[in-house]
Amino acid sequence: MSVGLVIVSHSEKLALGVVELAAQMASGVRIVAAGGTDGAVGAARIGTSLERIMEALDVADSGDGVLILTDLGSAVMTAESALEIMGDPLTAALADAPLVEGAVAAAVAAQSGAGLDAVRKAAETAWQPAVVAPAEGGSDGLGGPGAAGSGTEASAGQGGVGGDDAVCADLLLINPMGLHARPAAALAGALGGLAVEISINDVDGQSVMMLMTLAAGMGSRLRVRATGPDAGKAVDLVRSEVERGFGEM
Amino acid sequence: MSAGLDSRWAISWLRAAAEVVADHRIDLSELDRAIGDGDHGENLDRGFSAIVEKLAVETPQTPGAVFKLAAMALMSKVGGAAGPLYGTAFLRAATASGDAAELDPALLAAALTAARDGVVARGKAAAGDKTMVDAWSPAAAAAAAAVAAGDGVVEVLEAAAAAAEAGAVATDPLTARKGRASYLGERSAGHRDPGAASSALILRAAADAANQPAAGRPGGDAA
Repeated sequence: MSVGLVIVSHSEKLALGVVELAAQMASGVRIVAAGGTDGAVGAARIGTSLERIMEALDVADSGDGVLILTDLGSAVMTAESALEIMGDPLTAALADAPLVEGAVAAAVAAQSGAGLDAVRKAAETAWQPAVVAPAEGGSDGLGGPGAAGSGTEASAGQGGVGGDDAVCADLLLINPMGLHARPAAALAGALGGLAVEISINDVDGQSVMMLMTLAAGMGSRLRVRATGPDAGKAVDLVRSEVERGFGEM
Repeated sequence: MSAGLDSRWAISWLRAAAEVVADHRIDLSELDRAIGDGDHGENLDRGFSAIVEKLAVETPQTPGAVFKLAAMALMSKVGGAAGPLYGTAFLRAATASGDAAELDPALLAAALTAARDGVVARGKAAAGDKTMVDAWSPAAAAAAAAVAAGDGVVEVLEAAAAAAEAGAVATDPLTARKGRASYLGERSAGHRDPGAASSALILRAAADAANQPAAGRPGGDAA
């Protein structure tokens, strides 16, 4: 099905609110709230609870793993404790990410079928600041190995091959709304499932939040640069989506 | 006194700890109000009450199983940072105790060391940060030293409790570097760390429980 999410917050209401928000962008993902701890007679009070987290982990897991997102300090500790009690399974991971942005990014990535590692990465890169266009086709460090090769600009072209065997493309956004939230989510999610290091205008193409920070509108150009086993496939995917206006034409 | 401590001791300890935490609920929250969010006593009381409730319906047969029960209850019911910290301490102590029916001095010290390591790993605090670690670290070290000196289980626990009490007192002048108290910076100096204080109370209860006749209930003689 897809990677599930567990939202751990000291506040039951906050956890439910984050679930509501994230679910809006990912209706097919199991997103389960584990907020608050047991108070008087069935009511929740502020805190976190191992029992609630473990129950939520159970509900959120449809077989493809679960990513946990937390708010403050002891929520992290309680989530870590849950993983320790479960024997630190490979099918569950804790994201070091801001709760709201991370949950939205992770939900979108999960919705698009990304695996646990990619969903975690989506959450953990949700917070990184947008990178202003580098002076020399340099990398911001997000694109991974190979993204730093010089000459990216020069090699940009339809299906060009950049330095270090990178696959590059220079694409024009033709749909009226450009690369807004939905297509950013779809692209990042689809790319998240591929074995590729891909940058789009020098930000991580597998991060929905980073793509949204580009604020690329109609008529903008996207410089795509990919390395890794699925580089060609990844660039083809971006090109095909951009050329069909993300299905919005 | 027998050479080892069994599940009856572990149960007596936790019941005694629950009483002492309840007795000091207000004091602990007062300490926490000075430098934290003021709920340490209430939170711990809730957690230890949950342990006592669980012990009313099940009777684990080994010290390790008792510690595991305590860990789960504390992590589920405390709510604040003390939940996962104490919970991890008991969880690691349970792992170190394994299936042993009795803890001899060496195993007891190993369990205390594992508990201390759990607190350190979970809270990522070091000695001198004005946290629970400042009670647990000297306690584990004193227990190991007592074992090395050939002491029995009661002496090991006495040494651990005394060291934890001294460690808690020694947090008074420290500036907090972890947890919510660290937001206060220098202003946290002059207050005892509530987690170190509760750790000392709980370890003292362990020693007291070992000093009582075998299978003894905490009874009504608590101060």
